[in-house]
Amino acid sequence: MATKLPSVDAVLVGFGWTGAIMAQELTEAGLNVVAIERGDWRDTPTDFSPAYAQDELRYYWRHELFQRLNHDTLTIRNRTNQTALPMRQLGSFLLGSGVGGAGVHWNGQVWRFLPSDLKARSHNLDRYGKAAIPAEMTIQDYPVSYDDLEPHYDKFEYLCGVSGKAGNLKGVIQPGGDPFEGPRQREYPNPPLDMPYAPTLFGKAAAELGRHPFPHPAANASRAYTNPLGVQLGPCTYCGFCEKYACGNYSKATAQTTILPVLMRRKTFTLRTNCEVTKINLSADGKTATGVTYLDETGQEIEQPAEMVILSAYILHNVRLLLLSGIGKPYDPATGEGVVGRNYAYQITSSVNVFFDDKILNPFVGAGALGTMINDFNGDNFDHSGLGFIGGGYVGLMQTGARPIETHPVPTGTPSWGADWKTAIARDYLKTTTVSTHGAVMAHRGNYLDLDPTYRDALGRPLLRMTFDFTDNEHRMSDYLTDRASEIASAMGGREIKANPRKGSWDVVPYQTTHNTGGAIMGDDPKTSFTNKYLQSWDVPNLFVLGATAFPQQSGYNPTGTVAALTYYAADAIKSRYLKASHQPLVQT
Amino acid sequence: MRRTVLAFAGAALVAALPARIVAQQPVARGLVPPAAATTATEPSQVAQGRYLAILGDCEGCHDRPGGAPFAGGLPLPTPFGTIYSVNITPDRETGIGAWTADDFWNAMHRGVRADGAKLYPAFPYPYFTHATRAESDALFAYLRTLPPVSYRPPPNKLPFPLNIRFLVSIWNALYFKADPAPTTGPTRGQHIVQGLGHCGGCHTPKTFLAADKTGHELEGGDIDNWAAPALNADVRTGLGAWSTPEVAEFLKTGRNVHANGSASMADVIVHSTSKMTDADLAAVGDYLRAHPDHAAATAAPPPDPKVMAAGEAIYVDECAACHAVDGKAAPTYFPPLPGAAVTQSRDPTTVIRFILSGTQTVATDARPTPLSMPSFGWKLDDAQVAAVATYVRNSWGNAAPVVSASAVAKLRRKVAAKPVQKPSASI
Repeated sequence: MATKLPSVDAVLVGFGWTGAIMAQELTEAGLNVVAIERGDWRDTPTDFSPAYAQDELRYYWRHELFQRLNHDTLTIRNRTNQTALPMRQLGSFLLGSGVGGAGVHWNGQVWRFLPSDLKARSHNLDRYGKAAIPAEMTIQDYPVSYDDLEPHYDKFEYLCGVSGKAGNLKGVIQPGGDPFEGPRQREYPNPPLDMPYAPTLFGKAAAELGRHPFPHPAANASRAYTNPLGVQLGPCTYCGFCEKYACGNYSKATAQTTILPVLMRRKTFTLRTNCEVTKINLSADGKTATGVTYLDETGQEIEQPAEMVILSAYILHNVRLLLLSGIGKPYDPATGEGVVGRNYAYQITSSVNVFFDDKILNPFVGAGALGTMINDFNGDNFDHSGLGFIGGGYVGLMQTGARPIETHPVPTGTPSWGADWKTAIARDYLKTTTVSTHGAVMAHRGNYLDLDPTYRDALGRPLLRMTFDFTDNEHRMSDYLTDRASEIASAMGGREIKANPRKGSWDVVPYQTTHNTGGAIMGDDPKTSFTNKYLQSWDVPNLFVLGATAFPQQSGYNPTGTVAALTYYAADAIKSRYLKASHQPLVQT
Repeated sequence: MRRTVLAFAGAALVAALPARIVAQQPVARGLVPPAAATTATEPSQVAQGRYLAILGDCEGCHDRPGGAPFAGGLPLPTPFGTIYSVNITPDRETGIGAWTADDFWNAMHRGVRADGAKLYPAFPYPYFTHATRAESDALFAYLRTLPPVSYRPPPNKLPFPLNIRFLVSIWNALYFKADPAPTTGPTRGQHIVQGLGHCGGCHTPKTFLAADKTGHELEGGDIDNWAAPALNADVRTGLGAWSTPEVAEFLKTGRNVHANGSASMADVIVHSTSKMTDADLAAVGDYLRAHPDHAAATAAPPPDPKVMAAGEAIYVDECAACHAVDGKAAPTYFPPLPGAAVTQSRDPTTVIRFILSGTQTVATDARPTPLSMPSFGWKLDDAQVAAVATYVRNSWGNAAPVVSASAVAKLRRKVAAKPVQKPSASI
């Protein structure tokens, strides 16, 4: 029999970026909020001190910051006619665990989606006609516009102290910024990071080819910064340990470095760590969430009643908890019906190495979002007529820090081990750089999430099953981006280049990005979406589902900026309307 | 980290004395001046008392972790043993509910308990004696409004003969004279610093019996394995380079362009100075900055170039990420080292301890971020800590005596080089 606790105004399941943002917003509005996080409490001085934060073996190769897969993992397959198998190690994406979530080990790449990204279906139909979207491509428009999200993008950028250069201020194109971006109301809060040599060479080459290079917007503070909450971030040291690591210098924006110092002081906020939610509880008629049941760190079952339940875990966990709780109709790829698990999408990346003989590039200097980028081939910034795909991605030269165990690019034809391999690394390490591409993945009828019929976790619950593969659209698009990247790479004047296109089926082994999206998407129609535009469940109006879970498909940009903007957008609606309208649906069907 | 008491013997009203010793003592009460104009507890008097409780940092000692405010029970480590702060809520059995305003005045002014027993000077009556009768009454009136809490702190752990309270009379004869006519003059700053603020409790050097060294007020103290910096006009080791608004900012927000408040000062900032009025903070700043430095300048031998080279190498590897290669760091975020008083303090204890154990900047409403320095004690040996400490004390224009490996070893044994404690999630 579960111990039943006193009811609270809102319970949050998972405590990373979205949980921290929502808890901050709701406690600010006077609500009594409990957040339940299954991982550990983590903070800068104790868990990723600068005295040992740059430990490649510990943090990356041994996955210290990532989800413990011996407790809970997922099964994966490419197609429905295969048997999914449980993953004992992940590579392509790296799930977070603990306070701050995957937002602790992110790079700090803060992007806004293009206005047209948010209208992916109608925009492409309008411009390219019906033939541009195959029947199996289940893309949808977001139910929100860029203008809806603009103030919320802005709020997140100022929270994080993003370092960058605006390209479009209220419709006026700005020199040095990204001319393709949607209009923004004001400049970034901090100037761009100092640009190292290799990204500078990329920028020159790209400009010579008529592209529009600009500095990557970075949640790595280019100078000491105090955000609107009064929380202080230290200046980035370019140590090169962002991606897959936690920042020891308070420079990379995370929940810890931007929100928690204020939130944890609030008496109306309670965080319970090492507690795992097992179920969202529903009223007898199934129309109201009554709270959640969780196991505390001693394994005791506890019921936390709440007026409002908010899922703020990573997308894979949000979707699984909905499925385990029997909320919403599970998606069936055979019929195309159902909403939970629908429109799972991801990211597709490729790269081109550039080898120099005469340039010392010091690639160990780095920051998570340090680089020169172009968006000439992102979204619908270019004419797709005759190309056979829609969508796009960015191309850029990012210098995230050439960590020594991980980084040893060698030219084509080099042996993969032995004396010649070592010679090549010694020769090329300081003189090699990499242009990368980062492309969209459209939703596809056969790509989805459901519960695995065979494999279970340590608590006996079915694992989540991921069925996913790249389609022709992704491969054509990514190859196109790789060709554009190769053009710039060649123009950089190196000895040789080596293109690394993405070939064949999606593979869980090589690292790409932790940009999983969809599964409980937002939309205008309850038949094809799980939530309305305010991330409120159509079926259970006091249940909200945050995160990239809501993305109908993934754009060519990193998701975090849009994840945060949608969270602020939902928080605004909850505060200004939902709380006053006594828990009614914010959108009528 | 929480509320380690630096004072010569902490600061607490001490109770739990064996009854037979009380009985042997004469009732040591002097003349009691008339109570303040009104004996009725007026809201304005209570409000004044609440503020005086902030000035006196009562909660710094009379709150224990997890306990009710003012209910006592915090262990106060002293050079002579552990003293537990007492319950000063108005509970009749375990607190001071049975006390009168006169009793309270005697405690504040003379260090004498209601039953006539001597209070240990862990309770800083040598400072509080400078509070006026009106202030004492206001403070008492405020304490009377607190909810009574029934709680009896553990008995003190003092070795014989220090557990005999009567001996405090000898200490008093040597070191204590009740202020014959406490006033609020000559300046507000002096009244706060020398009175309720009891800054010298930590920042004044002590005699072997833990009393303030006469004539050395605020020259820096050595307490509980910390070196409290000087609070005087010295530009290297004191506040000579700080402006009055900078002193006020430090006390209000926990940091300024010169330094970050941490360690034991953190509690003082949280409970006391961050809640003081701007006018009082400015008055304190004016007074401290002008306070003369009487310490004789010591001509320290210059550091060994080899040690400096070793220290620089360690500094660049381990320290420069936050403090920058030129030591200038990011003021109000990470403290700069050139010119820093703690860095150049004659007694290097604090700088060694920061390196060994790390420290955490105090979080205040104005500046909520607990920016932290990690522990390096697990990573650097005694000679390495000594080298890097010597380096920061003698670079960028800094000058201070070298730090020996043996001093590091000694402190390491004492503080066990614990890393900064992780804050626990509230449940």
